[in-house]
Amino acid sequence: MTSPKAYSPEVLLNIYRTALKIRSVDSGVRGLIRSGNLMLAMHPPTGQEIIAACMGECLEQTDYLVTIYRGLHDQIAKGMPVKKIVAEYHGRVTGACKGKGGPMHITHRESGVMVTTGVVGSGMPIATGLGWASQLKGDNRVTVTCFGDGATNIGAFHEAMNLAAVWKLPVVFLCQNNQYAECTTYEDATASKTIAERALAYGENMVGVSVDGNDPESMFNAMRKAVDRARAGKGPTLLEAKTFRLSGHYFGDPSPYIPKEQMAEAFANDPIVKVREQVINSGIATADELDAIVTQFEKEFEEAVEFAKNSPFPELSEVTTDMYGVA
Amino acid sequence: MSDPKMITFTQAYTQALDEAMAADPTVVLLGEDIGDKEGGGVFKVTAGLTQKYGAERVRTTPISEQAIIGAAIGASLAGMRPVAEIMFMNFITVAMDQVVNHAAKLRFMSGGQTPVPITIRTRTGAGTGNGGQHSDMLEAWFAHVPGMKVVIPSSPADAVGLLRACIEDDDPCLFIEDGVTRIVKGEAPPANHKIPLGKAHVEREGSDVTVISYGRPMQDIRKIAAALAEEGISVEVIDLRTISPLDTDTIVNSVKKTGRAVVAHEAVRSFGVGAEVVARIQEFAFDSLKSPVLRVASKDATVPFARTLELEFLYKGSDIEAAIRKTLEEK
Repeated sequence: MTSPKAYSPEVLLNIYRTALKIRSVDSGVRGLIRSGNLMLAMHPPTGQEIIAACMGECLEQTDYLVTIYRGLHDQIAKGMPVKKIVAEYHGRVTGACKGKGGPMHITHRESGVMVTTGVVGSGMPIATGLGWASQLKGDNRVTVTCFGDGATNIGAFHEAMNLAAVWKLPVVFLCQNNQYAECTTYEDATASKTIAERALAYGENMVGVSVDGNDPESMFNAMRKAVDRARAGKGPTLLEAKTFRLSGHYFGDPSPYIPKEQMAEAFANDPIVKVREQVINSGIATADELDAIVTQFEKEFEEAVEFAKNSPFPELSEVTTDMYGVA
Repeated sequence: MSDPKMITFTQAYTQALDEAMAADPTVVLLGEDIGDKEGGGVFKVTAGLTQKYGAERVRTTPISEQAIIGAAIGASLAGMRPVAEIMFMNFITVAMDQVVNHAAKLRFMSGGQTPVPITIRTRTGAGTGNGGQHSDMLEAWFAHVPGMKVVIPSSPADAVGLLRACIEDDDPCLFIEDGVTRIVKGEAPPANHKIPLGKAHVEREGSDVTVISYGRPMQDIRKIAAALAEEGISVEVIDLRTISPLDTDTIVNSVKKTGRAVVAHEAVRSFGVGAEVVARIQEFAFDSLKSPVLRVASKDATVPFARTLELEFLYKGSDIEAAIRKTLEEK
C-alpha cells in the first residue's frame, strides 16, 4: 500500500496539486466549449475537486472506481492520464474508450476507472459487484462509488446499500452532496436532513459519516477511515462529502434555480482559493511554487488538446466492433 | 442397447450449472432464495449446489433485482462469471437499466475494455394461471438491444448445452426457461455438452415449407411435422436456439429451398421475433417465396388468469398446423 496513512502538509500539497490539475482540465474544457472548439455534454465538477483529490490520495492504483457523468474530477484523481480524457472528449481513437464512450461513459481499466455511468444512481449496484468479486478473490481491493445527493433518492441506492451491508462488502459509497439534484434543491428533493443518516437503515455493518468535503483535512481523514475499514473487511461506509457545485447542472445551464447570493457566496468560498491559503500557511509551498504548478497543468492541458486534435477519429468500422466478443 | 437416461428441463438447468461450477471456479450464482437454506430456489434449479460449492459461490440475495444484475455486472468486470437468477421474467423489468444501459453497453462504450460475461437465467411462459405479471415472453425486448444475447432451449439436452455456452460466453446472455414444460423429459446429453450460440438448428429436413420457432412451440411443431409427413407434406423445422444474434443464413437458406415459411412463437404477435424473421426472409429470400410468410403467436393481450381465457390467449398447435397448410394452398 503506497497511499499515505496520516494527514500532513505533504498530503495537503498532494491533494491541492490534484485539485489544481482537475480545475485546469475543467476550465480548459469549458473554455473549448465556450469558444466553439468542442461540442459535448459537459457536467462540470467545479467546486468539488477537494473531495476527489482526497479520495485519490487514499486509494491504490489497483482499487476500483465507479463514477458518474459528473466524474472528471474523480477520474483525474484516480490517476487517469489527462490526454486519455481529453482525446475521448474529442471523440478520437486515442481516447480512453477509442472515442466510443464520450464524456459520460469513461472507462480506463489501467487506472481502475471501471465504469462511468450517465444514468443517475446506476453505478452503485455495479460497485457492489466489484466489491463482491474482491471479497470472493480476497484481492484486498477497495471499490469507491461516487454519486450526488440526488442519486440517493433512486431505488438502486437502497438496493446497493442494503446488499453491501448484508454482505459486508469492501465498498465506499462517496456521496458528493453539492446541494442540487440536477436543478432541484436538496430540500425540495430529499426528506432526510443529511445523506449520512440514511446509513442508519442498514444496520451496524454500514457506517454513515458526514464531513465538509471542501476541507482537505476532514475529507482526507474521513476517506482514509472509510477506505481502511473497507480494506480490513469491516464493511461499507456511506460517506457524505458536503460541497457546492460552482456551476449549473451542465455547462451552459443558466441555473436560474440557484439564488445569485448563494452562488456569489459559494464563489467567495471556492475551495481552490481557500485551500491555496492553507497550503501557503502550512509552509509546504510558496505562492510562486503553486503558480508554477498551475502553469504546468495549463501547459499539460494544451498539450493534451493538441494530442487530441492531431489524433484520428476512429475507423468507421468501429461502429459495430466491440458490440460482441469474438465468438 | 439400454434406454437413454431421461431428464427434465429443470434437471438440465441444474446439470449445466453444476458442470459449469465444477469446471470454472469463477462461476458464481446469485439470486433470490437460491441457496439450499432457502430451498434451492423457488423452482429448485439451484438445489444442492450450496452443499457442493459453498454459500460463497451460491449467494442468496435480498429481493433486489437492480442489485442482483448490478452485482453480477460488477463482479464480471473483475473477472468472475456470475449467473444471476431472476425468478420471473417480468421481474427483469425492475432492472432494465442495469441490463440495457450497462450489461449490454459497457463493452462497446469502453472501447472493448470491459466485457460483461454474465448470464441471466429467468423463467416465464403462460399456461399456469399466473396471470399478467408472471407470464410474459419478453425475449424481443432484449433482442432489440445490441450487445445482448438471447437464448431459449427447446429440449433438456439443448438446455444443458446452451446454458453451458451462455456461461462460457464473454457477452451478457439472457437464458429463458419455460415454466410450463419444466417437468417435461428428454434425453440427457453426455457430460460437458455445449452448443454454440448464434447458430440455429435444422432439426428436421423437409422440402415443402419451413417452420421457424424456438422454446415451447417446438414441442407442438415436432408432432405436427411428423403427422404432416404421413400426409406427404414435407416440413423443414428450424429451432432458432439463439434469438439474438439471429442466424439469418440458416433461415434464408432453408426458405430458398422450400419457398414457404411459418414463424411461430409464444410471445404476443406484434413487434416480436416473428416480425424480425419475416423481415429477413423478405429481404434475402423474396424471389424464392411461393406464398406469404405467416406468423403464429399469442394474442396481443395481457396474459389472463381464467383458464379458458389463458388458453384463448395462447398460440395453439392447431394454429401452426393451419398456417402450414395455408402456405401450401394453390393460388
